[in-house]
Amino acid sequence: MNVTVAIDAGETPQSASEAGPAPKRIVVAYGFWIFLLSDIVMFSALFAGYAVLRHATAGGPNGAELFNLGRVAIETACLLASSYTCGLMALAVNSRRRLATYVTALLTFALGAAFLALEIREFADMIAHGASPQRSAFLSAFFALVGCHGLHVAAGLIWIVVMMAQVASKGFRPPVLRRLQCFSLFWHALDIIWVGLFTVVYLMGVAA
Amino acid sequence: MNLLGKLGWSAIPFDQPIIMGAGAFMVLAIVAILSWVTLKGYVPYLWREWITSVDHKRVGVMYFLLALVMLLRGFADAMMMRAQQAVAAGGAQGYLPPEHFDQVFSAHGTIMIFFVAMPFVIGLMNFVLPLQLGVRDVAFPTLNSVSFWLTASGVLLINVSLVVGEFAKTGWIAYPPLSELQFSPGVGVDYYLWSLQISGVGTLLTGINFVTTILKLRAPGMGYMRMPVFCWTSLAANLLIVAAFPVLTATLGMLLLDRYLGFHFFTVDGQGNAMMYVNLFWVWGHPEVYILILPAFGVFSEVVATFSGKPLFGYRSMVAATMAICVLSFLVWLHHFFTMGASADVNGFFGVMTMIIAVPTGVKVFNWLFTMYGGRVRFTVPVLWSLGFMVTFVIGGMTGVLMAVPPADFQLHNSLFLVAHFHNVIIGGVVFGVMAGYNYWFPKAFGFMLDERWGRWSFWCWLIGFYVAFMPLYLLGLMGMTRRMQHYDNPAWQPWLIVAAIGAVIILAGIVCQIVQLVVSIRDRDLLRVTGDPWNGRTLEWSTASPPPAWNFAVLPHVAERDTYWVGKQRASAQPAQPVPQQQYEPIEMPRNSPVGFVNAFFAVVAGFALVWHIWWMAGLGLLGTFLAILIFAFRDEDEIEVPAAQVAQFDLVHKAEVAI
Repeated sequence: MNVTVAIDAGETPQSASEAGPAPKRIVVAYGFWIFLLSDIVMFSALFAGYAVLRHATAGGPNGAELFNLGRVAIETACLLASSYTCGLMALAVNSRRRLATYVTALLTFALGAAFLALEIREFADMIAHGASPQRSAFLSAFFALVGCHGLHVAAGLIWIVVMMAQVASKGFRPPVLRRLQCFSLFWHALDIIWVGLFTVVYLMGVAA
Repeated sequence: MNLLGKLGWSAIPFDQPIIMGAGAFMVLAIVAILSWVTLKGYVPYLWREWITSVDHKRVGVMYFLLALVMLLRGFADAMMMRAQQAVAAGGAQGYLPPEHFDQVFSAHGTIMIFFVAMPFVIGLMNFVLPLQLGVRDVAFPTLNSVSFWLTASGVLLINVSLVVGEFAKTGWIAYPPLSELQFSPGVGVDYYLWSLQISGVGTLLTGINFVTTILKLRAPGMGYMRMPVFCWTSLAANLLIVAAFPVLTATLGMLLLDRYLGFHFFTVDGQGNAMMYVNLFWVWGHPEVYILILPAFGVFSEVVATFSGKPLFGYRSMVAATMAICVLSFLVWLHHFFTMGASADVNGFFGVMTMIIAVPTGVKVFNWLFTMYGGRVRFTVPVLWSLGFMVTFVIGGMTGVLMAVPPADFQLHNSLFLVAHFHNVIIGGVVFGVMAGYNYWFPKAFGFMLDERWGRWSFWCWLIGFYVAFMPLYLLGLMGMTRRMQHYDNPAWQPWLIVAAIGAVIILAGIVCQIVQLVVSIRDRDLLRVTGDPWNGRTLEWSTASPPPAWNFAVLPHVAERDTYWVGKQRASAQPAQPVPQQQYEPIEMPRNSPVGFVNAFFAVVAGFALVWHIWWMAGLGLLGTFLAILIFAFRDEDEIEVPAAQVAQFDLVHKAEVAI
């Protein structure tokens, strides 16, 4: 679609809202922001469910007995560090350096995968100790909320592999650049959700 | 391990003549259409021009067609219920056994909301928005096609449930614990959940697409306060989609986890909380009714202004009222269950908020009335629908305010009074609005008018039929009749239910008139042929040809004021004819058609069906297929084709010549 529009000579637009259709780069990023907001709304429903069911342990274990803050701290460190390397990747992409892009993407992938591995380990340990999602409403809400974030991270890992394949096969073409931009937004948004999750689920769970 | 999961021959209800008859009719109709299309050699044309099309106008028409077909299905359910309740009085059991009647009312509600009303309004927005905004397409044309086909996937799944297995017997809201595995062990609730999850993703993507389109793609000069009101109401509706549908996805997701993996979100055991489902469901559900009604309000605003020959009265107040409704719609959800047992303060708050939302709606009604006041009103079919709406919707709104009083609601909750109320606002508001929009924009979409006479017949049948069918339901509600009764023992109710059944038959006549109107109009299309601006319109969609070219506008229009096309026409007629300046045409880049939406939806149906029946290998196959379809699409090399300037110029000159004649 042709999105750049010539404006008649001599006529200056009154304001940004009258400037005509935005360039594609803006449109794509804007649309992706709207998607992220909708995704955060979905998480908010899961957060609400967790908040309602926090004390519904049905005689089973509660957060204070289950959560290992040391492991969660390492998970958090992995995810936050992966956001940093993701930022470095954006810089490498902006200066069109392929090797640096691959290296930073690999680091981001590795840190994300480490986070995911730790989370799966945590889930497996809990289930092994009888704290499965079938045990109580509290554990159902916990596994759904944290697991949904984990699924997002897993999707992000697949996405970054696909993007590197695209950089390799297509180079830094405009569509590839736009998708890399969206990936960065996605990855940072997962961090924001994790910060909420870390606070509401783990810190408040251990305190209660 | 069973390769076909829970699926077996027993899933098909061979002993139920009504279901088998309906199923056989559906299969025959599909086979007949497919073989006709194949024999006539239309398949390549349909594939090239429609199924793979990413043109917002084509996608909009397909949404509308889907909704029309599903209206017939949903209305057949309605007729069955009215017939059942007309006869099942005293000791009589009627002709529908309870488990079938339960499926009928659940399917009726689900289909009418998700697969009739939603595709109707989304179809209208699809077709109209880019034209009114003066641009060439929506922000993400291919995503638009994906959205449509995901909606179609949901439709297919829900129709499969008629023959293979069963549908939910829980009502269209599927409240737990009834909808949990313990009390609904069959596949009915699973069909409900997966068809709504799949089509819900499509709706969410549509919302994202349209919000981006309205906020980022407008013709040069079209500031927010110059947008047509339909664009404003669509913006509000799509913001609501983006903010509300993810909640539905999460809620239905929780119920799925309960049913498939033994979670305890809403179960009786494990300290689950069934009322949380009810709360979350209506956090989506109340905004949903505004998602449906706000675009209808936009249609009435366009129709009333156009056929009164006046600018819309109180444009700014209309915009403010729309956005106020957009925000307030998230603050009233609890009025759907005052009887939950929340404290008086909580019920009081939601009761007051519900009454407040009537204020901006009242502003809108007065704006429409003042627009007509002093105008030269042309009583076309769209205006008839608008007038019918204003009277009917005000009545429905007032019964709504009545039920917003918590003590009154304790009496009326789950009664036929409630059923009458929401049909009053949804038929009188959404359906009338959609029909007004259909008659108003049809000539733009196809280049010929819809037959006026049959349109009038259709309107009067619908209007009279609506009152005959639903006014008795208000009375029955006050007499104490609750909703969803397969039979009843109070003989005093029967006469009113017979009247309601007669009303449904009158509405049926209205639907038949609509079909006849369409057939007659297509037959006489050469007589009904029109140019770009058949109604003497005000907004930009009337400035291009009917039907518009794929690129909508040869040169993007410049907008200098509200109703810019109307103002331009006024200026042109006031001044002596001036030589038209030579247009500079430039080549236009258009998005390439893509089968990704169709292929993706195909695999979504496979996955959905497999998940309903616990056929895990097939579900994996379906999910892999959707992923690969998107992956292959992401690796495409070209996604745009260029329309040469000469072709644009030639089309535009022919259109100008037509207008001159």
